Amino acid sequence: MTTPVQPLTLDLAARFPDAVTPDERKGYSGWIVAADKLVEFATALRDEFGYDYLSSVTGVDYLPEEKMEVVYHAYKTTGGPGLVFKVQVPRDKAVVPSLVPVYPGAEFQEREAWDLLGIEFTGHPDLRRILLWEGFAGHPLRKDWQEAYYEAETKPFKSRWPSGEVHRAEEKNPFGANVKYPENFDPEKWVPEGENALYGALAEYEETDETGLKTDHIVINLGPQHPSTHGVFRVAAVLDGETIVSLKPVMGYLHRNHEKIGERNTYLQNMPFTDRLDYLAAMSNNFGYALAVEKLMNVEVPERAEYIRVIMAELTRIQNHLFAIGMFLNDLGAFFTPSLYAIEERELVLDIFEAVSGSRMMCNYFRFGGLTRDLPEGTLEMIRGLAFDRLPRKVDEIDRFLTENEIVRSRCVGQGILTTEEAIKYSAAGPMLRASGVPYDIRRADPYSIYDRFDFDVAVRYNGDIYDRYLIRLDEIRQSLRIVQQAVEQIPEGPIQTGKPQYQVRVPAGEAYGRVEGPKGELGFYVVSNGKPNPWRYHVRAPSFINLTAFGPMCTGLKVADIVAVLGSIDIVLGETDR
Amino acid sequence: MDSKELNSPGYGIPPEMQGAVSITTLDRIYNWGRRSSVWPMMFGLACCAIEMICTAASRYDLSRFGMEVMRPSPRQSDLMLVSGTVTKKMAPTIVRLYNQMPEPKYVIAMGACASGGGPFKEGYNVVSGVDKLIPVDVYIPGCPPTPQALLNGLIKLQEKIDKQSIKQVRWYQKGALEAIPIPLLGPDLIRQQDLPNIKKAAEEA
Repeated sequence: MTTPVQPLTLDLAARFPDAVTPDERKGYSGWIVAADKLVEFATALRDEFGYDYLSSVTGVDYLPEEKMEVVYHAYKTTGGPGLVFKVQVPRDKAVVPSLVPVYPGAEFQEREAWDLLGIEFTGHPDLRRILLWEGFAGHPLRKDWQEAYYEAETKPFKSRWPSGEVHRAEEKNPFGANVKYPENFDPEKWVPEGENALYGALAEYEETDETGLKTDHIVINLGPQHPSTHGVFRVAAVLDGETIVSLKPVMGYLHRNHEKIGERNTYLQNMPFTDRLDYLAAMSNNFGYALAVEKLMNVEVPERAEYIRVIMAELTRIQNHLFAIGMFLNDLGAFFTPSLYAIEERELVLDIFEAVSGSRMMCNYFRFGGLTRDLPEGTLEMIRGLAFDRLPRKVDEIDRFLTENEIVRSRCVGQGILTTEEAIKYSAAGPMLRASGVPYDIRRADPYSIYDRFDFDVAVRYNGDIYDRYLIRLDEIRQSLRIVQQAVEQIPEGPIQTGKPQYQVRVPAGEAYGRVEGPKGELGFYVVSNGKPNPWRYHVRAPSFINLTAFGPMCTGLKVADIVAVLGSIDIVLGETDR
Repeated sequence: MDSKELNSPGYGIPPEMQGAVSITTLDRIYNWGRRSSVWPMMFGLACCAIEMICTAASRYDLSRFGMEVMRPSPRQSDLMLVSGTVTKKMAPTIVRLYNQMPEPKYVIAMGACASGGGPFKEGYNVVSGVDKLIPVDVYIPGCPPTPQALLNGLIKLQEKIDKQSIKQVRWYQKGALEAIPIPLLGPDLIRQQDLPNIKKAAEEA
């Protein structure tokens, strides 16, 4: 399918003669913008060229060239391919103007780049560490930052235990001795940084006192151990009575160094790690990563494998949304009964995953240019039974039980509204964007794989409240079922892998960005290769993480009990939020 | 433990009193009560927590073992199921939660990450195993362990409880139980137990 409207001729170099040059490195694309013209450029991009949605911001440390690069991916919410632009600054003076005034959705991503890469963004309203804690020594994704535990640059991919000799790292480096402290660190004089930075940022809000009663504001903390935060997530909020006046999400309690480990792994070794990002949607994560690396390697995927990929990705979406609805009802106070209905159906989908990949949750099923193995006998019949018979019935049942429920309606309708403009502004993705009236679905807007062959509707709702974010998940389950039904009917016989399966793939130098419409939203993988066995840079554009940018503004003005309802309707998974 | 084993301490009951009187030992009745109502803390760290939820749901049904009462508060729970990767940022909270649990308390390290760091062991923000911070009773392998594996681990914990004796358990000994010092977040994670070593190393350097 081609985009009906041809994009405006993008002669950015003519519009900004001395500030913008095309990126002419081999394997790279996009534009390089001078740092001092960045804000002007981004404003023009948004207002004149229609790139109103800033999807991803990340940094790359080019140590050999002594350069630090910030990479931006922008899109039009009307669809079509994206635009990549970059800013290069010297490594020792990595200062870039912040794009938060133009695209507020960059807020958390710029904080992440500061935290992990040490790139300073001038003009950022709240530049603190986001995944690690204040006081952590160094910026770990910089290439010259030495890891305390394992100092090797890459993982040995043949064997960690050559000729039967077992070397365990913790024997050489027992816990306690594997931690590096900065020079002249004196534990007696050291004062912990504590939470002052967080509470300082939290206190920056405009005081309004409509009633004329001078009330004291109080700070509450929810989490990291709290049953309604979907894992180890923390919310710090300032309350006026019961009304929220300022709210900051605090994350990083599950920061598992995905990107650092990814840069030490070979390309294929990363595949099982992607499962553990959004652990409710392993197959979608595999899909995004496989797309990114396949773009770099320039391989085609056989027909049958494409169909199996689509079936698996859509089943993933169904089971993720089922779980999300169940847990959302938990948050509303219907403790575990709706979840039991949802989990019952989810188990049936997990049975299919176990049959095809051997694992219920961590599937590790996709390979570059295909899949690990074909569908085992009888699986297609299982899928057919689910997609045509059982799941449509059960989705209607969940719909019947919950949608018109009095308590659900009174807790959700008109609460936690995210308007269309705000959703685009804060780079919200997936169901959150579509529930706010933006019919943007990557499967339609910039089709990948074989999604252009299927007949389905992009689910969209217009109120942007909690209720619509719940309803859109039901809509999406129904649309996914339509796709699975068509795919099961059309799936051809044939090979499931291009060429021979390889443990060590050859990836030419260059950059690639693969994005899929995951259950939570746009899941993107930005991979930079320098021709070596392991990626030079491996970044994940995590929808759960970026969707939280709008969480604070959405909650302001609501009552404290609505925090969990709004959070449940965003549907985050901490493995992906913190990576 | 079935009722036959519970009621056979080796003393004969006169025939006329059989059916009305049971004789057992204090240890057995004490452990039988505890093992049949282990309340886990509702404490999910990462991926394994999803499998924990599935285990509690209808298909695998944790309540067959008297463990379905998940408490969100550590003050009301007997068992801490460490279900996921222990990160350095989370470590102080985990130790604090453990200290807040009343005795008798048990810890299960669910999955590879909680047992030894798992696939993320090499990370700069990952503690390689929760046993570096708090004592662990049962380790469950798997990434994530299937619900069946989790149930097996819980049965192992019940077997462990069965073997304890009320005379020797630590919570009935004289003297107060020491709380574990809470680690500090400095340039890296600092265990308070390690502070003298760090100081010595700093002086030598």
